[in-house]
Amino acid sequence: MYPAYLEENIHTVEDTRVRRLIENLPRLDEAAKDALLKKYHPDYIKSSMRKLKVGVNRGDYTPLELADLLEGNSRIDPLKIDPSSPDYNVDVLVIGCGGAGASAALLAQEAGARVLITTKLRLGDANTVGAQAGTQAADRPNDSPAIHYLDTMGGGHFENIPELVETLVKDAPSAVKWLEKLGVNWDKAPDGSMRELSGGGTSRRRLHSARDYTGLEEMRVLRDEILNKKIDYLEYTAAVELILDDKGQIAGAVLLNMETEELIIARARAVILATGGLGRLHIQGFPTTNHYGATADGLVLAYRAGARLIFIDTMQYHPTGAVFPLQILGQLVTEKVRTLGAQLVNNRGEQFIMPLEPRDVVTSAIIRECRENQLGLKTPNGDSGVWLYSPMIDIIRGDGTIAQELPAMVRQYRRFNIDITREPILVYPTLHYQNGGIKIDTEGATNVPGLFAAGECTGGVHGRNRLIGNSTLELFVFGRRAGLAAAKYAKDVKRGNPTTEHVRRWQEELKKAGIADERPVSPRLLPDYARRNGGYTSRVFPA
Amino acid sequence: MAEQARLIDIYLLGKRYRVPEGLTILTALEYSGYHLLRGCGCRAGFCGACATIYNFRHDPQLRYDLACQKTVEPEMCIVQIPFFPAVKALYDLEKLAANGEKVKALYPDIVKCYGCNTCTKTCPQGLEVMWFMTDALRGDIPAAADKSFDCLMCGLCAARCPQGLVPYYVGLLCRRLNGRYLTPPAEHVARRVEEIAAGKFDAEIAALKKSGEKELRQKYTERDVEPALEQNWE
Repeated sequence: MYPAYLEENIHTVEDTRVRRLIENLPRLDEAAKDALLKKYHPDYIKSSMRKLKVGVNRGDYTPLELADLLEGNSRIDPLKIDPSSPDYNVDVLVIGCGGAGASAALLAQEAGARVLITTKLRLGDANTVGAQAGTQAADRPNDSPAIHYLDTMGGGHFENIPELVETLVKDAPSAVKWLEKLGVNWDKAPDGSMRELSGGGTSRRRLHSARDYTGLEEMRVLRDEILNKKIDYLEYTAAVELILDDKGQIAGAVLLNMETEELIIARARAVILATGGLGRLHIQGFPTTNHYGATADGLVLAYRAGARLIFIDTMQYHPTGAVFPLQILGQLVTEKVRTLGAQLVNNRGEQFIMPLEPRDVVTSAIIRECRENQLGLKTPNGDSGVWLYSPMIDIIRGDGTIAQELPAMVRQYRRFNIDITREPILVYPTLHYQNGGIKIDTEGATNVPGLFAAGECTGGVHGRNRLIGNSTLELFVFGRRAGLAAAKYAKDVKRGNPTTEHVRRWQEELKKAGIADERPVSPRLLPDYARRNGGYTSRVFPA
Repeated sequence: MAEQARLIDIYLLGKRYRVPEGLTILTALEYSGYHLLRGCGCRAGFCGACATIYNFRHDPQLRYDLACQKTVEPEMCIVQIPFFPAVKALYDLEKLAANGEKVKALYPDIVKCYGCNTCTKTCPQGLEVMWFMTDALRGDIPAAADKSFDCLMCGLCAARCPQGLVPYYVGLLCRRLNGRYLTPPAEHVARRVEEIAAGKFDAEIAALKKSGEKELRQKYTERDVEPALEQNWE
């Protein structure tokens, strides 16, 4: 239930409903978009970033929170590790098991590789399950991969790597078909044709959804398939360092059993990083939509092993994160709400942005409305937000649409006595996605031989801003490609002698730069939300 | 905010902690000093990792919810359960037939359901678990798929079933059978896959790739945008 003063404002907003029903806000032109972004988008706050002092990307800017970890100290002492006596010995090691890792593991095994998956939470605990809106694929008659290409490039401000985008859009229909064959329940018409929706920045209706549980449905099926195919996996086991060999090729990883704190050596001919994003670093203090393990671990591992990162200075702030009630602060209110017809309105009941602009543009417009125009609404907690006017969906598309299309959202708000079919949702931008990451080619290969990567931990596909529905798509397109390519690489590679020499050299480099003492250990593995009363603790079982 | 809120007593595995009102069970655990490893996933109600059982000091009736979504209440006694180990039938979807006999062959125990409805009362998503189990038993796979659709697979239903049934895996099997066999395949998707393989769009994409940024920007600005709302909406 909203407090009385917000209920009062909802009456004001209802008064403009008839006018808004026929109102069509124009799309902004490129110049207006650029101006809006430069002035209000969090990426443009200079003081939030700094130049990296060590590693392949020395001199590149990245958010302070990520810079600390990329320049971090190793969790292991390389002198105490013997990588030549492994606990596991496989062809392909997949690190992380969301949509990308699962796709990669399935395809690698299909190609004949012995596969081991390691994941620091449960199998399938990843941002994939929280993806609600859908997966893009240009498969309707009035659509084409070329139009999808143009939309994606425009959304990314034309800085995306063209070859990766081409691969993304051309593989998209086959990715959707693959999932259909695995038994994903897509939203379909009775004749089997897909019921597709528009999204922010898409010029065609090409979002394939499964109610507003799209990512969950995709992940449930892939996880089930991994179990059916009897692929080996380790849960609650994080990778803390990669292992190279004396030829500079990948040779496996040092893993950590997070429950017993025991280190495990996994040798592998090829490694696929599918570790996801970094929302739990809370860049600039933003709340996040991301799952508990989103701490940029893959970027840290890859960077230390010499892999190049790109676009690490751009994050995606999802325009519509929940700001009320406090219990769900920062959690995702899916873009599908706008896709279905909900509008963004200020405290006077006026629209201030065309609701289906690309995400970075809508985010900037909401920040402007609240900060500069002072037309947002204050929550009891002191945060600001604007209304996402969800009741418009049932007005436009008929009663029952919201209940059918957005069961997760209805359920989430009903817990707090808010009926989103009748009342609007209070929203503000929330940290959602890392646009950049590890540089890959179209097969998911990095510049380190034998090291592959797929999914949110990579960069280049989305340029400086990702479109709705291109993230889940990327998981299946590049996950499958990386799985195949890694299996093939593993067959052909001539192995050298495994070593953690690069970790020793990394620590020396940190010392030489004079930053070893002031940097934390990394990868972070999990955020620490435990309150420490007084700040002093003692371990029950000392190490 | 947390510091100004009224403090209430909750019990974590029987031990009393004092936390601010308004926290979720998950954030109350963290406020109490717990560093979570198990029992925490998406933190947004989508993954089922934080399935939690609770009751109250003077009310032994067990209740069930997701720790990340449920707000703490005074005198709440909380037990988090890890992912409940349950037997999943292994199968090759390509070799299955979509009928009730197959479901029963893979999960023969479903005939043992005696209708206590504990699973339904346990589901933190509020699904009609016993009813989709009944649909599965009757061989009505589409109905079981539909009613189980919002399942997070948290495992609470299986944890509480007195007959040891695994409704969340039965629902998953029905959904996969429904998606694979009982829903017509999307022909326009298959057609597009063939067109792409035949190179139908290669020239157009190659031309876009060759365009300079200025030209690409212009094409982007001038592209026609299909209206989001004008569609044959059932």
